[in-house]
Amino acid sequence: MEALKKNKKIIFNIGLLFVFVWLLITSYSQSKRKPENISELLNDFSWLGGKWPKWLDLPLMNWINVGFKALNEKYGYIFEAINNVLLYMLMLVKNFLIQAPWPLVILGVVVLTYFASGRKIGTTVFVGFCTFFIGFLHPIFWQKAIETTAIMLIGIFLCVIAGIPLGIAMARSARTRNVILPVLDLMQTIPSFCYLIPGIMLFGLGAVPAIIATFIYAVPPLVRLTDLGIRLVDKEVIEAADAFGASKKQKLLGVQLPLALPNIMQGINQCTMMALAMVVIASMIGTRGLGDEVLLGLQQLNVGRAAEAGIAIVLLAIVLDRITQSYGETLQERTTPAKKEKK
Amino acid sequence: MSKIEINNVYKIFGNNPNSVLPMVKDGATKETVLEETGHTVGLDNVSLKIQEGETFVCMGLSGSGKSTLIRHLNRLIDPTDGEILIEGTNVMSLNTESLIDFRRHKMSMVFQRFGLFPHKTVLQNVGYGLEMQGIEENKRNSVAMDKIQAVGLNGFENQFPAQLSGGMQQRVGLARALATDTDIMLMDEAFSALDPLIRSDMQKQLLDLQAELKKTIVFITHDLDESLRLGDHIGILNAGKLVQVGTPVEIIMNPADDYVEAFVKDVNRAKVIKAKIIMIPAAQANGIDKTNLIKVNEDQFIEEFLPQVVCNNANCEVVDRQGNTKGYITNKELQKSLSKS
Repeated sequence: MEALKKNKKIIFNIGLLFVFVWLLITSYSQSKRKPENISELLNDFSWLGGKWPKWLDLPLMNWINVGFKALNEKYGYIFEAINNVLLYMLMLVKNFLIQAPWPLVILGVVVLTYFASGRKIGTTVFVGFCTFFIGFLHPIFWQKAIETTAIMLIGIFLCVIAGIPLGIAMARSARTRNVILPVLDLMQTIPSFCYLIPGIMLFGLGAVPAIIATFIYAVPPLVRLTDLGIRLVDKEVIEAADAFGASKKQKLLGVQLPLALPNIMQGINQCTMMALAMVVIASMIGTRGLGDEVLLGLQQLNVGRAAEAGIAIVLLAIVLDRITQSYGETLQERTTPAKKEKK
Repeated sequence: MSKIEINNVYKIFGNNPNSVLPMVKDGATKETVLEETGHTVGLDNVSLKIQEGETFVCMGLSGSGKSTLIRHLNRLIDPTDGEILIEGTNVMSLNTESLIDFRRHKMSMVFQRFGLFPHKTVLQNVGYGLEMQGIEENKRNSVAMDKIQAVGLNGFENQFPAQLSGGMQQRVGLARALATDTDIMLMDEAFSALDPLIRSDMQKQLLDLQAELKKTIVFITHDLDESLRLGDHIGILNAGKLVQVGTPVEIIMNPADDYVEAFVKDVNRAKVIKAKIIMIPAAQANGIDKTNLIKVNEDQFIEEFLPQVVCNNANCEVVDRQGNTKGYITNKELQKSLSKS
């Protein structure tokens, strides 16, 4: 047992080697372009020079296609259920915001900003004007902006309920972090069309794949910043909580999360900004919103229209950024009152 | 039974401490262990006993393992080997739940950089230990207010820690530790981050509080003057080893090795030696000139009555609080105690 523990790393590496050999063998045996007889390869080494040999081809494409098809056929009902739930939530938010009179919505945004920013008049007025200008740019933008916002809100909501617990789990155990980090890297680097299109196949055209894509694209910064925020909490403060007999839960809810909150809010802010960046891309799969205005403008070579819609997106970004950002700042000021005294 | 008993505790930091343990037990030095295995020896066969109601000061340079030692007492750090008994209970035998309970009711701790919760007010900080004990808010606040008063911070209870100066923050830390009313208080370089004036002030406050509360205090410091002033017993750590344990006077008068001697070399002895230590007991005081006597309290330091002695060229009569004569001090004793050996 002891020897097993000691050589864990070596055994793991040998395992990886086996997987690699197995991949070579399966891809060779499944290849249609392989030579008639394996001895040909050993007698004639020409495959080592020049082009990549055609038979040395991992059939990952096939595997994914088969798997994806099976997933779609067997578990389609699960995706449909997710689709329905998300669509219902989306409609709820969207209808509420669209049916509300527009001055009331602006007022709501202003009031929210006022309290989130710790009653800063400047920020509040600025955000109010930005909101007004979205509709002022083009009447149709108001509804489009609301559609975009609704999709983002649901996406961010998913990010928060999944991202924060994931971040906490990562901060707690190095092993979990080692597993999740590469997944986050993958989510951030894989081109968004790679999951947008499968999203359409699973969920159909429209808003839901956009929400899923938003989630995949926007959740990594939130997870990372939650993890970082918790780990950055002063070690002595954690020791103090331990020394006075805080349980794990008390420590998390009473000390770690509150102290990590500025970082978490920064994560939500980043999440919001990235979600907005997804809007234009999502419009290409038929999601309605400000993005499709940009797309239409470009398709018609109407530079003015595209620019107008682009500005509207920027305004929306400013509004959302100010609200989430200033909330984080208000929190931070309380713990570092050097700033506070300036008032 | 001692309040705290530590028996043969080893602590080794690194990837696989248990594999290095036999080597350390065989007497390998910290340097060889680090060189050969990459492990750091934190504590090397430390054993000590601390009695109820005393202040035990643990002293050493940075890296000597003193902060590691104090964290073993409430198991913020687990030892690699050895046992730790608090009131006869082996803390290593506690499971997670009873460890939490033990920390809530048996010990409190004061930290070097205060360890205050920046998002809580002074009142909430002081009440934190009570909150963990499950005491309801009203009662907790009234106890916390008492302690805030005791450390002289009235009027600051609704401020946040970062709004206070360093000295005030450490008072909050002290009040927080006092609030739970545990028998044992651990103080990890509690005053080291404070400037000298405030430090001396805090030391006095701690002495006053201790005179009243009679807690068992384990105090960590790297400052010899501080340890002499506060400690009933002092333990000196060097590279994870406990090199000497004794009363302040024993440490000064009979340093165990060169390391301790280097420590105590520059001490102002007049400042730390009390009259009762050097006096000749009244029963043995024959042939002392008693015509010109100065009355001295037995707990006074030499420094306090030395000028008088010099000016009047007198001998001292040592008395206790009630005024009973306990002994005498002549120039001979003074000379002996003040000159460096």
